[in-house]
Amino acid sequence: MGDFLQTGAGVALVIAAQSLLVIGFVMISLLFLVYGDRKIWAAVQLRRGPNVVGPWGLLQTVADALKYVVKEVVIPAGVDRPVFFLAPLLSFVLAILAWAVIPFNAGWVLADINVAILFVFAVSSLEVYGVIMGGWASNSKYAFLGSLRSAAQMISYEVSLGLIIIGIIISTGSMNLSAIVAAQDGAYGLFSWYWLPHLPMVVLFFVSALAETNRPPFDLPEAESELVAGFMVEYSSTPYLLFMAGEYIAIFLMCALMSLLFFGGWLSPVPGLPDGAFWMLAKMAFFFFLFAMVKAIVPRYRYDQLMRIGWKVFLPLARLGRAGRLPREVRGSGRRLGALGHGGLRWRRSTGKGRASTSSWPISSRASASG
Amino acid sequence: MTPADYAFYAFGGVAVAAGLLMTLARNPVHSVLWLILAFFSSAGLFVLLGAEFVAMLLVIVYVGAVAVLFLFVVMMLDVDFAALKGEMARAMPLALLVGTVLLLQLGMAIGVWQTAEGVVMRDAPLPQADNARALGLVLYDRYIYAFQASGLILLVAMIGAIALTLRHRAGVKRQDALAQMWRDPAKAMELKDVKPGQGL
Repeated sequence: MGDFLQTGAGVALVIAAQSLLVIGFVMISLLFLVYGDRKIWAAVQLRRGPNVVGPWGLLQTVADALKYVVKEVVIPAGVDRPVFFLAPLLSFVLAILAWAVIPFNAGWVLADINVAILFVFAVSSLEVYGVIMGGWASNSKYAFLGSLRSAAQMISYEVSLGLIIIGIIISTGSMNLSAIVAAQDGAYGLFSWYWLPHLPMVVLFFVSALAETNRPPFDLPEAESELVAGFMVEYSSTPYLLFMAGEYIAIFLMCALMSLLFFGGWLSPVPGLPDGAFWMLAKMAFFFFLFAMVKAIVPRYRYDQLMRIGWKVFLPLARLGRAGRLPREVRGSGRRLGALGHGGLRWRRSTGKGRASTSSWPISSRASASG
Repeated sequence: MTPADYAFYAFGGVAVAAGLLMTLARNPVHSVLWLILAFFSSAGLFVLLGAEFVAMLLVIVYVGAVAVLFLFVVMMLDVDFAALKGEMARAMPLALLVGTVLLLQLGMAIGVWQTAEGVVMRDAPLPQADNARALGLVLYDRYIYAFQASGLILLVAMIGAIALTLRHRAGVKRQDALAQMWRDPAKAMELKDVKPGQGL
């Protein structure tokens, strides 16, 4: 058995099993996320929410998914068939793909690559294609307008997300998500995490994540009062289900990113308690609760306001936030997880204008020390 | 063959096929989609070369931003396909000529490719360091002036493009978001006591 796992086929089998595990986790949590989203929304509006299928309505999403799958696929006249069916597949597959680099505990990660955060970013920047292709292939004006809006919105907010992430990368000195979490491990538990030094950026990240995933209050692509259902108007049955599932998976991914980048991932908030995957899951669930609450209590934005706040408020603020950051001591050989010392607060703030002080960067000494 | 070889031929084959299909596709939107596939496969080739940072940048910048702009423009264009095909037959000799010359030039360039005497191929500056750090050390240390200059050129180009297209037309209604947010019912509404049968 041990020998078999060393062979090529064995390695491939292990990777396949691990991927299935991650996909299974994502899909099962998806079922209960949709349920939780509806329950929270209902509770805020003093309704009961889904409560018929299964105990407390827990199986409602299963019933819905079954219903979607067995319905007839309606293909409108004049659609571009290959692109029409490629679009929902693309958005679903890409949403799942990003989970390959998300660690749930120290070492619990499918692909521990050192550009993990860029990978997540690249995949989420590809998600815009599902939207554009779906809208264009539907051969419908509503769908096309919805997809253009959605694409513009996603691209705009990606820019500020990227700038915020650069701040994190600078203060960690690594793009590996495990290293980012390890860098937040400090003597002060909760207060060693990056949310404190990156305080305004956490809020910006959360709001940008809402806009990036087309969640209310930024759900302009499917503003039902104007565009029926945006780029998904012409979709029915399983393709529609794939779009919806992709959207929720992307939202859950944003929750995971929030907890990894700013809230210490699997680290326990209290110094004495053991770290573990439990904390990671609890944090993700908490951020999903916040997403659901925002959906329930905030009214929808106007489209021009959305673009204004993205480009004229968030982008300069994110830029400013990055300017305030100086790299932590970057050692040439790079940080390895085991080699991290505990040095109290693990961040430094520049005293003046951060970007101007590039000269204080010990470029030459770093190059020589590492080479 | 190792798995890396298989991956190389898969990515390379897909890149070449996607490039071909891009030029052959009738529908310009399909062309852009094939182009995106070609970009993506080249990113895969970069990963195989061990340049994962460049691969991710290729996907983020070219696939995630530039190709989206292409797609926008192509979708917005109102293209008459019949007219386009007629034009194509007329431009064929010229296209063939340009294509042949390009192919010959490429062949010549690759055929005579050799490093000059006395040139030593440099190793990567930091063999153990990951991509991003190695690139950063080279860009911000050795080639800092060239890097800053190219940034400046891009900035000037951007300002130029904005200056060329920015027109202030008179009589355009603009929305002042701050003014809109500062409105309150007391300032925005006035209650009038209207007498029956008189109106205002």
